[in-house]
Amino acid sequence: MIESFLIKATVAGIGVAIISGVIGCFVVWRKMAYFGDSLAHSALLGVALGLVLGINTNLGTFIICSIFAILLIWLQQKKILATDTLLGILAHSALSIGMVTLSLLERSVDLHSYLFGDILAVTYFEIYLILFGGLIVLIFIYLNWSSFVLVTINEKLAKAEGLSILANQLLIMLLMTIVVAVSFRIVGLLLITSLLIIPAATARLLANSPEFMAIISSLLGIFAVIIGIYGSLYLDTPSGPSIVVSAVIIFITVSFISSCYKKN
Amino acid sequence: MSSLIQAKDLCVSRQGKNILENVFINIKEKDFITIIGPNGAGKSVLLECLMGTFMLDSGEIIKKNNLSIGYIPQNFNPDNSMPISVRRFLMLKKKFTLEELQNVSEETNISEILSKNLANLSGGELQKVLLARSLLSSPDLLILDEPAQNLDIKNQLNFYNLLDRIYKSREISILMVSHDLHMVMASTKQVVCLYHHICCSGEPQTVAKDPEFISLFGNDMAKMMSVYQHTHNHSHENLND
Repeated sequence: MIESFLIKATVAGIGVAIISGVIGCFVVWRKMAYFGDSLAHSALLGVALGLVLGINTNLGTFIICSIFAILLIWLQQKKILATDTLLGILAHSALSIGMVTLSLLERSVDLHSYLFGDILAVTYFEIYLILFGGLIVLIFIYLNWSSFVLVTINEKLAKAEGLSILANQLLIMLLMTIVVAVSFRIVGLLLITSLLIIPAATARLLANSPEFMAIISSLLGIFAVIIGIYGSLYLDTPSGPSIVVSAVIIFITVSFISSCYKKN
Repeated sequence: MSSLIQAKDLCVSRQGKNILENVFINIKEKDFITIIGPNGAGKSVLLECLMGTFMLDSGEIIKKNNLSIGYIPQNFNPDNSMPISVRRFLMLKKKFTLEELQNVSEETNISEILSKNLANLSGGELQKVLLARSLLSSPDLLILDEPAQNLDIKNQLNFYNLLDRIYKSREISILMVSHDLHMVMASTKQVVCLYHHICCSGEPQTVAKDPEFISLFGNDMAKMMSVYQHTHNHSHENLND
């Protein structure tokens, strides 16, 4: 029985890296980095909801994040406040309400593991959740790929050609919600945006088509997760931040190499 | 000539402001109509109403059965964060054969740039690519929203010449919003001047003399249009003496 926790962590990490790599491309293309961050902040309220109601915290997170996304789209339609203002209000109120609720609970909660992740403590149930949620995300993205890409390139053109902007926007946001809900135990709520953005941004330097960018992004994510997990074991560092640090190192290395390559 | 699309008594208001008031417009086969009007006059909204992507408050749109519309949006500005080639962009959500792609590429003169990144195109190249995409669905009607807005004079002229060639060779109808009236005068058959309602419409030279047109655009624009008409009526041989 050597290191079964390590195998579990690796499987969970690879699952998360694949889906966050793909959905991360849309975050980069659609400039939704702040949205991802806000979604993750609001997830803490989801954790609180899960603990209060005695339901699974991933489910609580999914419910709260979905409400968050729908609320945001509804407020956006009103066009009174800018999106980043709305996100700021929603995210920080959800984070604060979540913190207040958690502190009112009579049991102690390992807040640190929610904020920064604890991949080495991942359970079988969480692994199934990642694989199941990930499969749903990948299927939806595969089926709607061209529509998503067209809507992302130009909404007016997509609309004129018969696509529903609202439906596509909502679907992308809900898929992102699933990604956050199944993967926040891996890198933590505070770092989840980095797993969405950094591999995708690195892939942008290497890819020449949207499909290729999504694939490379997932592969780089897997690479970062594996280095991060084993690095954290070897150096005895927290796993979530270690994964992000390896993603950043990959990003810097690729940027450096590709800028050298372009000069020649 | 049979009608392709017709708007009857369109009214649209948003946030208490009237955007379109009792607008009637009829686009027939082989029409070439240019809509002009000041900023915020409701031009883009009218185009979107015709395409069925904007909710009307009242009025109706009557379309010919199976009408195929090609559309070029305003301010198309692809972001460099997504790497996508021109060829892949043309193929998104479209069904056509390789031969059709080849024909349209030659028609719009973009065969050379098919493998270029969409975000790296010049303004003139980008408009040609959009035109190619709109032609790939073999439209009966092209709707263009300020297609040459961000182009320099040379590219504007090239674009309008290309559009004119396509209009003549394909025998389709064109409905366009444009401020470059001096450029499109030669090809446009009808000008519609819109300021929430239709102020005046007709042949370019008639519109230029309309008092409502002059009050909206001022005398300079009206003069510019009539000057163009004037030069169009005689030859320029003696200018080179």
